[in-house]
Amino acid sequence: MSKEKFITLKTTAVPLPVENIDTDQIIPARFLKATTREGFGENLFRDWRYDSESNPNPEFVLNNTAYKGKILVAGKNFGCGSSREHAAWALYDYGFRVVISSFFADIFKNNALNNALLPLQVSDTFLSKVFKTIEENSSAEIEVNLESQSVTLPDGASEKFEINPYKKACLMNGYDDIDYLLSLRDEIKEFDLTHA
Amino acid sequence: MSNSKTLFDKIWDAHVVKQKEGYPDVLFIDRHFIHEVTSPQAFDGLRKRNIPVFNPKRTTATADHNVPTKDQHLPIREALSRHQVETLRKNCAEFGVELYDLGHPFQGIVHIIGPELGLTLPGMTIVCGDSHTSTHGAFGNIAFGIGTSEVEQVLATQCVLQHKPKTMRIEVNGKLEKGVVAKDIILYIISKISASGATGYFVEYAGSAIESLSMEARMTICNMSIEMGARGGLIAPDETTFNYIRGRKFAPQGEAFEKLVETWKQLKTDEGAVYDNVLIYNAADIAPMITYGTNPGMGIRITDRIPTAEELKEINEKASFTKSLEYMGLEPGSSLLGKPIDYVFIGSCTNARIEDLRLVASVVKGKKKSPDVEVWVVPGSKQVEEQARKEGLDKIFEEAGFELRSPGCSACLGMNEDKIPAGKYCISTSNRNFEGRQGPKSRTFLASPLSAAAAAITGRVTDVREFN
Repeated sequence: MSKEKFITLKTTAVPLPVENIDTDQIIPARFLKATTREGFGENLFRDWRYDSESNPNPEFVLNNTAYKGKILVAGKNFGCGSSREHAAWALYDYGFRVVISSFFADIFKNNALNNALLPLQVSDTFLSKVFKTIEENSSAEIEVNLESQSVTLPDGASEKFEINPYKKACLMNGYDDIDYLLSLRDEIKEFDLTHA
Repeated sequence: MSNSKTLFDKIWDAHVVKQKEGYPDVLFIDRHFIHEVTSPQAFDGLRKRNIPVFNPKRTTATADHNVPTKDQHLPIREALSRHQVETLRKNCAEFGVELYDLGHPFQGIVHIIGPELGLTLPGMTIVCGDSHTSTHGAFGNIAFGIGTSEVEQVLATQCVLQHKPKTMRIEVNGKLEKGVVAKDIILYIISKISASGATGYFVEYAGSAIESLSMEARMTICNMSIEMGARGGLIAPDETTFNYIRGRKFAPQGEAFEKLVETWKQLKTDEGAVYDNVLIYNAADIAPMITYGTNPGMGIRITDRIPTAEELKEINEKASFTKSLEYMGLEPGSSLLGKPIDYVFIGSCTNARIEDLRLVASVVKGKKKSPDVEVWVVPGSKQVEEQARKEGLDKIFEEAGFELRSPGCSACLGMNEDKIPAGKYCISTSNRNFEGRQGPKSRTFLASPLSAAAAAITGRVTDVREFN
């Protein structure tokens, strides 16, 4: 089934300079009870974003009107913990299309790629530069080019990023993994029958 | 190049249906477990594509994540949870998947029922939409957690697309001190290599300290592989493994079983096989462990002091460290021993098997809990619950003032009503101490069943080696 295609993006970014952000922070377990993929953005970072009476926490970046955009910039080991794909759905549903970090947890990375959300891994040095750029100017625009696998800051500083060629093609064309797997059905059937 | 292979490589290579340049491997999955939380959207995907489940016999379902642990015979009170469990029932019926529903004698936490029913076997590939699927690796198989899109892939094609991870060998040699158990081993390892130290790797645990463990203890080790970022962890099968599986409900029986054992004996890493990374620890260095922070890598020996920001190796970790200690209400450089606690949670796929309950009972027998703490014992499955009653553990817990509940994930993640209140401290046998994991603003100390049991009696963080 086709998904939104991703090729290039130029937008402001939201900084969240915290390390080891686990998927329980991205979407707490008590909000995983829906049986659809939509609507999780409402509870994205719920316990950081709101107090126990559901009042917005003014100190949290998503409640700061100075910061907007489709890119989230976060500390290393983003998305660790639970395999809940709801974390990727919540980020996407809120409006993010890219997460920039210096390190991603494995399961989150797969989940993001399966949902047209680009986990963009940069070096520690470049990540510090991104944070500094946004800190100095919250309306600074960051450009992500999936085709050339590069991310560029307003001052021209740029870094290349890695992505598996298959996943890149999926993102750029809006394909998903099941389309590919279903095309192998007969081979898999044979394997299922003969495999000990 | 040598032809020597690691155990991981042998199992992986035997399950690759197709390899294509630039593509992830198409990996065949022998056993798929599902539960109510991460499967509904996957079944919806099948409906949208108008396709059946590829091979329903390879998938087993249970309800565990959001189920109440009291009055399980009554309809679930909370509407959204009830709807999710009802959706699972409907989906399993429509697509022909076996479901061990609430009230069924096989119901329980998905990673506890698979092994106890003999569904989890050596040499298999096993997945589930849950990161603690790594638990099953204790039997010498490749088991890992997946997202819901991947659950849909497995339902639709019995395969997942995966890049082969790197391999890491973690050896623990020597003898464990009295009072030190499997949970302490894994918390120790994670404290050494951090919550992201094994990201990108699949871990094989080995060494004399690991080989001497029971199957249930090995499951505790493999369970927490994900807490250091590893996709999974496995242990080569041996006589301990075969003896555990022999005679289990869905395991092959009799001659067929003994024939399989002969092939399972080949499931070990070849001499000379190369891992991408090797770490070696000494069992004698491990003490009862406890976490002080908000990720499982933030652990110390129970007699050690919490580090200070100055002692951290990486400068950019300091901000997260300080934030974490503020959340926990703890002082850098202080000791946790004697720290009053409010709740004790004994449960989860890490430590809710019968041996865990026996460990707890061995500490609390004939004693009473501190009046200041509330203690929940949540068995991992109906079978564990039955066994505990058969052995009279329920009486020991009752006399101690503990509450023995019905099976489920419970306060490990607080999806049901079992939540630790804001600001309260809980010593927990579960696997994650993330902010709010056990309930909004709750504070978690991860520890072994022995340490949790001792704390239940004293009402404080206690060194179980000094406790009698």
